[in-house]
Amino acid sequence: MLHIEDLWVDVQGKEVLKGINMDIGKGETHCLFGKNGSGKTTLLMTIMGFEGYHVKHGKITFKGEDITFMPLNERAKLGLGLSFQRPPTLRGVKLRDMLNLCSASPGAGVELALQYGFANFLDREVNHGFSGGEIKKSELLQLMAQNPDLTLLDEPESGVDIENLNVIGDMIRKLLEKDKHRNRTKSGLIITHTGFILNYVTADKGHVMLNGKLCCQGNPIDIFEGIQKHGYEECAKCQF
Amino acid sequence: MPVLENRPAKDTEEELLGRFKDASQAEGAKDVSELDQEEIKRLKQTGIDLEAAKRIGTFIQTNCNVASCHCELKGVEMLPVTEALKKYDGLKDYWWKILDPQKDAFTREAERNLDNGYFIRSHAGEKVVYPLQTCLYIRNDNVAQKVHNIVVAEEGSELHIITGCTTHPHLTSGLHIGVSEFYVKKGAKLVFTMVHNWAEDVYVRPRTAIVVEEGGTFLSNYISLKGVKSVQTFPTCTLKGRNAIARFNSVIVAPEGSDIDTGSRIILEAPETRAEIISRTISYGGRVIARGHLVGKAKDIKAHLECQGLMLTERGIIHAIPELEAHVADVDMSHEAAVGRIAKEEIEYLMARGLDEEEATSTIVRGFLNVKIDGLPKELDEELQKAVEECRKGM
Repeated sequence: MLHIEDLWVDVQGKEVLKGINMDIGKGETHCLFGKNGSGKTTLLMTIMGFEGYHVKHGKITFKGEDITFMPLNERAKLGLGLSFQRPPTLRGVKLRDMLNLCSASPGAGVELALQYGFANFLDREVNHGFSGGEIKKSELLQLMAQNPDLTLLDEPESGVDIENLNVIGDMIRKLLEKDKHRNRTKSGLIITHTGFILNYVTADKGHVMLNGKLCCQGNPIDIFEGIQKHGYEECAKCQF
Repeated sequence: MPVLENRPAKDTEEELLGRFKDASQAEGAKDVSELDQEEIKRLKQTGIDLEAAKRIGTFIQTNCNVASCHCELKGVEMLPVTEALKKYDGLKDYWWKILDPQKDAFTREAERNLDNGYFIRSHAGEKVVYPLQTCLYIRNDNVAQKVHNIVVAEEGSELHIITGCTTHPHLTSGLHIGVSEFYVKKGAKLVFTMVHNWAEDVYVRPRTAIVVEEGGTFLSNYISLKGVKSVQTFPTCTLKGRNAIARFNSVIVAPEGSDIDTGSRIILEAPETRAEIISRTISYGGRVIARGHLVGKAKDIKAHLECQGLMLTERGIIHAIPELEAHVADVDMSHEAAVGRIAKEEIEYLMARGLDEEEATSTIVRGFLNVKIDGLPKELDEELQKAVEECRKGM
């Protein structure tokens, strides 16, 4: 599904990603661990195609197409979706309108909002005065409406209270077709700091990023336990 | 594009007046039946609906002629102002009482050479559900239309007025001078929504003053989304009685060649009065000066001013001038102003959902113009949204 080859990326003239290689297969979910500032978000933003993330070297292939320099909206149309960690507020734009704009099939987003108890937010301005948990829900609803093949999630559990973690986990499971055990087609790449999300969503593989390089790859639960016990640096020493 | 001066030149006032002929020299329609389909559509785009069932009254003045003046409700009086002057002995309590005819060349001209205007009065306690509509329509090229309006909301009454000011669809040049004096009595409420829909070579000089008595409320909504040569307006509202409220909302779009100098002043003279000025301006080549002046003269007042401007092109000017003036210590006055281009991150946010850059930009602009105004009756809010939508289509 996604193939990244020796990816080097600059942000504001600073080298952030230094030779990333990654493969995410159809139906697979990967987790990305790493310290603040290690380059995790940069990797997601580069895959999605935001301005300001300059690919100096390397290649990103998605569904067999070279998307390294493809415009952002075309990547979205091709089946990439991203949940923002801190999305901007869109004054005057109602969540209802936003969901209709992203819906792959008409009315799908609004229908989902009703299903997930978010009806009261439909006529509110997108992200205006939303709590951390509400922002995450709104992001996931938009993604579910969009129905991407590869979902990029940047810390989906941050700012979410325990009660809502269940709902967020449920939504992510839906997005990634976790209820399907065969012929799963949806893939995911999730950045997580706390690892809480692993209690709700099973992941196939974990990666650790340190100073712009992926330095460990393996079972996500094992990696996360390793990080908890020994810290990121120690974890990085264990080369796969 | 001509270089835009920072301030409209004063010395052109007399020259401007000399450039246009009197409205009386160009007979306007004497009845709405004389208006053709194109004109009716134009009025509709200005918020004036001739078939609307949900209007309790209509006043239409074309050039100097009153083409329509009727009101279905007994509790509300509507007359051409020239008739009201005769009927009510010169409207002694209201005529040039809060505006000085010597204020400038335009007020002098309106006093000397009046065409007409409307007089609207809601009787004490009369609460009007549906709005009245008034339309000041310049039908012929190169005409100067001078009107003087008086609106009185008597004690405890509620009145809603939609005013559409426009020109004939094929007309390019004209001058509109509109003097308006509004009186909101004790506990009364006046909602005044004005839609401007002018042409590229039209000069507009409204001169407006409002007085609000104890417990009264004045809400003003001003929408101007089309090109106009020059608008210069600065309504001043005085909150005279305790607990009086005034709110001014404006949504202004300045295409290339438009020069719009607008804003409002609210003087909070009595304790516990409240005031709010909110403006949203967009420039795609034109100049907008968004003024706001709040004057706190009594204790325990609350006043807030908000100016937001969007620059859609490299050209054009948005000049926000928010002013706060406190005369006593116990006041709560604040302002926020922000001018800039659409944030890249907002565009990219929408693009990440599959919209192209153009769709993303128009979604954001539509949102920016979509001012939700608290306290606006549903009917009026729908009209406002309709007017924004109509105007936006032509952008």
